[in-house]
Amino acid sequence: AHLDLKKIELYEMGWNLKDGLRECLVAAAPYGGPIALLKGHYRRSPSARPQLEIYSSSGLPLASFPWKSGVVKQLGWTVSDDLLCVQEDGTVLVYDLWGGFKRHFSMGNEVSQSQVLETKIFHSPYGTGVAILTGALRFTLATNIDDIKLRRLPEVPGLQEAPSCWAVLTQDRQSKVLVANGSQLFILDNTACTPVTPPGLSPQASSIVHMCVSFSYKYLALLTDSGHVWMGTSNLKEKLSEVDTKIKTPPKQMAWCRRPKSQQPSAVVMWDGLLIVVGECKETIQYHLDDDSVLVPELDGVRIISGTHHELLQEVPGACEEIFKIASMAPGALLLEAHKEYEKESQKADEYLREIKEQSLLSEAVRQCVEAAGHEHEPETQKTLLRAASFGKCFLSNFPPEQFVSMCRDLRVLNAVRDYTVGIPLTHTQFKQMTVQVLIDRLVYRKLYPLAIEVCRYLKTPEYQGVSRVLKHWACYKVQQKEESDEVIAKAVSVKLADAAGISYSEIATKAYESGRTELAIKLLEFEPRSGEQVPLLLKMKKSPLALSKAIESGDTDLVYTVVMYLKNELNRGDFFMMLRNQPVALSLYKQFCKHQEQDTLKDLFNQDDDHEELGNFYVKASYKDQRLEARVALLQSAVDEYYKAKNDFSAKTTEDEMRLLRFQRKLEEEKDEQLVGFSLQDTMTTLLSVGLHKHAEQLYKDFRVPDKRFWWLKLKALAEKEDWEELEKFGKTKKSPIGYLPFVEVCIKHHNKYEAKKYVSKVTPEQKVKAHLAVGDMEGAAEAAIERRNESEISTVLSRCSATTDHLLMERLNRAKATAVKK
Amino acid sequence: MAHTEWKDAPGLPDFSLLKRLARDQLIFLLEQLPGKKDLFIDADLMSPLDRIANVTILKQHEVDKLYKVELKPIFVLMFTDLVNADKVAGRFRRYKIIFTPQKFYACETVLEEQGVYGDVTTDEWNFYILPLDDDILSLELPEFFRDNFLEGDQRWVTTAGSALRLLQSVYGSFSKVYGIGRCAKMVYESWRELMEDGEQRTRQPEFAKVFLVDRDVDFVTPLCSQVVYEGLVDDLFRIKCGSVEFGPDVTSSDKSIKVMLNSQDKVFSEIRNEHFSNVFGFLSQKAKNLQTAYDKRRGMDIQQMKAFVADELKGLKQEHRLLSLHIGASESMMKKKTKQDFQELLKTEHSLLEGFEIRECITYIEEHINRQVSMIDSLRLLCLLSITENGLLSKDYRSLKAQYLQSYGIEHLLTFANLRQLGLLEEQQAGETLTVMESKVGKLVNDKTVGKLTDAFSSLAKKSNFRALSKRLALVPKSGEEYDLRVPRDMAYVFSGAYIPLSCKLIEQVLERDGWTGMEEVTRMLNGQEFAVTEARSKTDAQRIVLVMFLGGCTFSEISALRFLGKERGCRFIVVTTAITNSSRLLEALLDNSA
Repeated sequence: AHLDLKKIELYEMGWNLKDGLRECLVAAAPYGGPIALLKGHYRRSPSARPQLEIYSSSGLPLASFPWKSGVVKQLGWTVSDDLLCVQEDGTVLVYDLWGGFKRHFSMGNEVSQSQVLETKIFHSPYGTGVAILTGALRFTLATNIDDIKLRRLPEVPGLQEAPSCWAVLTQDRQSKVLVANGSQLFILDNTACTPVTPPGLSPQASSIVHMCVSFSYKYLALLTDSGHVWMGTSNLKEKLSEVDTKIKTPPKQMAWCRRPKSQQPSAVVMWDGLLIVVGECKETIQYHLDDDSVLVPELDGVRIISGTHHELLQEVPGACEEIFKIASMAPGALLLEAHKEYEKESQKADEYLREIKEQSLLSEAVRQCVEAAGHEHEPETQKTLLRAASFGKCFLSNFPPEQFVSMCRDLRVLNAVRDYTVGIPLTHTQFKQMTVQVLIDRLVYRKLYPLAIEVCRYLKTPEYQGVSRVLKHWACYKVQQKEESDEVIAKAVSVKLADAAGISYSEIATKAYESGRTELAIKLLEFEPRSGEQVPLLLKMKKSPLALSKAIESGDTDLVYTVVMYLKNELNRGDFFMMLRNQPVALSLYKQFCKHQEQDTLKDLFNQDDDHEELGNFYVKASYKDQRLEARVALLQSAVDEYYKAKNDFSAKTTEDEMRLLRFQRKLEEEKDEQLVGFSLQDTMTTLLSVGLHKHAEQLYKDFRVPDKRFWWLKLKALAEKEDWEELEKFGKTKKSPIGYLPFVEVCIKHHNKYEAKKYVSKVTPEQKVKAHLAVGDMEGAAEAAIERRNESEISTVLSRCSATTDHLLMERLNRAKATAVKK
Repeated sequence: MAHTEWKDAPGLPDFSLLKRLARDQLIFLLEQLPGKKDLFIDADLMSPLDRIANVTILKQHEVDKLYKVELKPIFVLMFTDLVNADKVAGRFRRYKIIFTPQKFYACETVLEEQGVYGDVTTDEWNFYILPLDDDILSLELPEFFRDNFLEGDQRWVTTAGSALRLLQSVYGSFSKVYGIGRCAKMVYESWRELMEDGEQRTRQPEFAKVFLVDRDVDFVTPLCSQVVYEGLVDDLFRIKCGSVEFGPDVTSSDKSIKVMLNSQDKVFSEIRNEHFSNVFGFLSQKAKNLQTAYDKRRGMDIQQMKAFVADELKGLKQEHRLLSLHIGASESMMKKKTKQDFQELLKTEHSLLEGFEIRECITYIEEHINRQVSMIDSLRLLCLLSITENGLLSKDYRSLKAQYLQSYGIEHLLTFANLRQLGLLEEQQAGETLTVMESKVGKLVNDKTVGKLTDAFSSLAKKSNFRALSKRLALVPKSGEEYDLRVPRDMAYVFSGAYIPLSCKLIEQVLERDGWTGMEEVTRMLNGQEFAVTEARSKTDAQRIVLVMFLGGCTFSEISALRFLGKERGCRFIVVTTAITNSSRLLEALLDNSA
């Protein structure tokens, strides 16, 4: 088992560093991320401020500024490419890629008191974490800086001075710290400090001087003072190998250099000018370093950054090794050879092909070539391999094309972002791990909008997640450009975003507002098709009238309510009412609300509008909610005043009548002990008549100009109810009945008094005679009347009531009369 | 009109799905609070809830006690008291308020103001549609009418839009949407907006045409006395959520019986759309048939008897029970309705519709008011008079109003204010000149501005134009012709042949023309706001199923008329309404005597 490594040059660095990386604090983000340098931070003179510089992986400058804050102990990058600067006092400052300050947070009082001794920034599925070893030799840890929960780990027993080395592990969904104190090893978690022993660690070591954890947290490498590198699983259950480096000086840096799924452990140890790779066998591989360098561990290798160069060291992938090994007979190698011969138009191509096909390994060969192409950095090699794969594919009938097609696409994207000007040296493995989404995010973060859009289009990312999202970010950036006028920006944004799906203009407008461009924000909001989305921002910008009209436009009552309630608290009452006045929809909503919640406000609203009619109604309504008579009368008086102001004489008069009625009822209630207050005029009279207070009823009849008909009906009904037939007769004779006498007949019949009823039949008008006779059951009389009137339909009515047995004669007469009536 | 009934009327979609959806959502919400729980229910929600999930289902999901809560606006406040009482008593409970059909911002504001916002969780039960029958879907929002048309509160517009969206997502997209009225337009827009936000589903539609109509387009129809059986049952006994409680006078026993009225009731489904004068004859024929069926028993051998008992007897018993109920109901109906005064009432209504002998009508109404026959009926006649006559003469208006107030109290000043606002009961004033001016302006400027102007004018004076509409659409058949109610020849049969419901006539005309072309005059008189939009093409049976949505309620008479129209045209109508209404409900919603 021997280790095959390849070291390829990614970039010749574009920066121009006088002293290389010497005396620099360096941090490079994984996945080909940016590099941060803090120059001259060791010189602690106040006159010379250190300089913080940010570069792309290819060394192109992104930002540079003098460091004005405290002493920095450590730099590091978050998973979303933000720069963390951990200061001696435990304050962590967060900058964006462009050197813009974002925020800061503290690692706690304990840290700031005892100061930071050492810091490690680590990444886990929960985000980016910060671990600090304080001057008091205690560890404080935050697993996710976006949701800071500080944890202080237990004390390490017997720790007198700074531990020789330590590392952060993520195990069992928890971040732990592994500490070496001399030869002792401890694991610190939330609750305990547990001593551990790596299985099979050489006994000659008296101290562990360096350690490193693999990218995946699965493996651990320890370097002892005897120069041995122990490699094993990070749970310390298994030893993978142990190799003697034969160097006993402490190294500068150590890192794992292992591919996912690789069978071999391999770690890189770096001293001044020397790099040693240790694997499973005793032999080590050594490289010379000309310059001060930094190791950047990656998912599938280690990047080595020096003052002039940027290289990638990784294990040779299986597929590449198979193909490019000298005299390899692997199917992929043969296919590559066959294709080469084919290009030369040599018949050997056929021989190679046949050899593969005979072993029926052609599809395996194609697969190998495609895979190998993915691992190659040089476009030319990639092309050669892909051409060979494509050539091989021609001889296969059912080979699924997806792998080949997607590899071609991926490589095209990778080559584009690896370009010197972009400077993201991703490997195919890393790209697959990080996903297209994240890559697009990073391009957007670097303001490489056109490239991001092209990638989206090329990879056919759904518009909503792809192009639209990029455009939104672009627009958000665009609106912050101070030098351009509102019109120009608004126009540019609308033109670019015109046909993109799912764009939220309100988000862009919010950005514009946040950078102090209210006018621009309003302009941008105009493009927002959903008026509901415009409202919250308009409110925030204190453009309340606009917010209100937009809310109304949206047709969403709830939204209108939201705005109205907001305005109610925001504005003084007068302004608030004025604003509502111009918005009838909002006004009616608010009135509705007031009806239930704030009666008095309702009154104020009517007052403001001089709506006397409504005010009158309001008082009337209020009056019957009040139990006390005086209050009711007072409220009605207010109503009367308002009705007069509204020139509604009718309502005013009616209300005045009501007041009079109330007083009258009250008086009578006191005198006669009869429940009356609140009754309608009619009900009052009915009650009075039913208890025999005819005079009082009479008085109401006169005072309130009750129509004669009504009064007659009333009195008739009341007297009949009491069966006071004598009084009824008297009443009937007082004057000519305005309702005729048929009702008299009917009311008597209703109370089963045929005798009384008959008294009135003669008084009934001729038109109603028939009806009256019928009502009292006088068939003869009815017939007589009908015949006299020669009315056909009346005759028919009588006929229908006759019974064939008893009224035989009558019927004959009627029929005869009917015949003559019809003739006429 | 030709009497070729289509034999292949399309089948109706299965609306029980909607119930299942609502029930599942409710159960899900209940399960969010595991363990035993007490459930407080708004009284208005009891009946609809009962149709969705009965007590057994609630108990299965650990509802311990059920409380009915009256008085809606106080609900939240009562809730606050409950929470605070528990706090004082040191009891620990978890609280959840489930709003249906949707939660409003104002609710949260009130909770916040009461200081219990943090103590409760809130949720929405999107229970938009209750299927009352095979062809009637109800939003069960009786407050829609008042809120939307009187108070100008448009909060329910989105609810109606959501209901349409629900129907669309379950039963497929609509191909064509027609509508008339401001609210209809807003509902349509709200629905469009919801559709744009959500995912588009393209499945075969089960109904393709939709017609949206505002209640205020046609006030005449709901104000008329109903004379078809179902409508009459509603007028007399009040159908609530598809079921009715028949009192002792109907059941001829000493207790009331609650009956579900829908197409499951074989007897009812045959008489529901009949004019009540036919019902009694029909029922007695039915009773005879039933007797014959019972009589079959005689002369049966044991085997036959066994089969009879197993197969038929239960059905017959059931039919027997229903028959006797409906006979009881129609008896009590006849008792009330064949009386002299009901005949006179109908006569007055018909005269008003015809515009005939108006003076006599006014005298009749006056007497009606003076004798305090019925508060609501008097009001109803007044409104009918005002609408058909384009407002009352000032003299009449004042005298009738004064008399009404004398009869029923001054608080009805507010009722009158409400009626005037809706254009239901008005005093004639310089109104005529407005119409003239309007038509003059209309000729000068283009259509769009006319629309706006009409809006402006209509807010000044809502004109009913009933007389002109009736003439143009031939709503009132020529008098003097005999109308055989046994064999209806048009939709007028639902009002004894005296009047074709305006709303239904509009639907008929628009479907016939596939739009509003040729009806410009009519829509202008209805204050415009009409629209017809083609959404998608479809060429299936669904074309013959038409969804009609009434915003502000619809009456059983209208449903009967549409059923009749469907039979004539070989299509089926599905009625979606914010609530079932009738003249009493309509007017009660506008009373303002919150004493």
